[in-house]
Amino acid sequence: MIVRLMGEGQFEVDDEVAKGLNDLDEKAGEAVERGDEEQLRILLDRMTEAVLTNGSRVPDDDLRGSDAIVPPGDLSLDEAKQLFEGEGLIPDLPSA
Amino acid sequence: MAGLMSRASTVVKAKMSKLLDRAEDPAETLDYSYEKQLELLQNVKRGIADVVTAKKRLELQETQLQQSVVKLDSQAREALAAGREDLARQALERKSGLQQQLQSLDQQTQQLQQQQEKLVASEKALSAKVEAFRTQKETIKAQYSAAEAQVKIGEAATGIGEQMADTGLAIQRAKDKTEQMQARASAIDELTTSGALEDFTSDQTELDRELGAIASKSQVDDELAKMKAELGPGEKQKELQQ
Repeated sequence: MIVRLMGEGQFEVDDEVAKGLNDLDEKAGEAVERGDEEQLRILLDRMTEAVLTNGSRVPDDDLRGSDAIVPPGDLSLDEAKQLFEGEGLIPDLPSA
Repeated sequence: MAGLMSRASTVVKAKMSKLLDRAEDPAETLDYSYEKQLELLQNVKRGIADVVTAKKRLELQETQLQQSVVKLDSQAREALAAGREDLARQALERKSGLQQQLQSLDQQTQQLQQQQEKLVASEKALSAKVEAFRTQKETIKAQYSAAEAQVKIGEAATGIGEQMADTGLAIQRAKDKTEQMQARASAIDELTTSGALEDFTSDQTELDRELGAIASKSQVDDELAKMKAELGPGEKQKELQQ
């Protein structure tokens, strides 16, 4: 499947890596809930690392969407919370 | 709480459908979306320019601080040579304070450098995708019926929308970081001009004045000694003549 690391680009990873990512992601969600920024960073780093090490980069001109989107590795707890509040964190796309 | 990945995907999709909902028919949707992509490309270019400007300002401050460090160092030597250990100590204390400032400025410059690299990479990816989208847009317009086009647009829009959201966030984060650094740089400027932090970069500091005083005192002493030496033999001659 295709994974986007926000700020890094898109990567193709196999099912095994995808499964590992889901486990880490679940723990990252729990870390946000607990307010544990250190753990959140560690988990996001591991997710980023897993994709960078095991994935192959998707060319820039490929228009396929990603199956999963991983937030930036240096996401702060505040930013993570914003992601869960309304449509926070990611700014609106330019509009008329 | 759900995972971050699914939440990020949901938010990104919501942003894109908001954009696509603005247009009426497929052709219009494609053109409108393309227009917005170009707009975002301009934004990211501006973002890069802003980061570069902020970085230059920090680098300028760094250079000024470095010059002050060198100056304080030689002032400490001068003071010590003049037997003023108290002044030398003062100069070295200030030097150490500035060195700490320098270190933090250096870290900030590096952070901005990283932001700049991220934005440049993001611009490159967006630019490639925009070009691919432009080609696909013309194909869709020419070859598909309205119903089929809708599906194709959806596919193309997902990929480009995602990149747009990613680039949008990169711009936002770089902007936040740049503003923080600018506020800090202004604060340093302000403190130095108001004198609260002592302007080490100005030509005359208290240390300069004291050292200047020592220098002129020793110059006066030298001249006096010279004059005495010149007059001395005359006096002695007078004495001898008497």
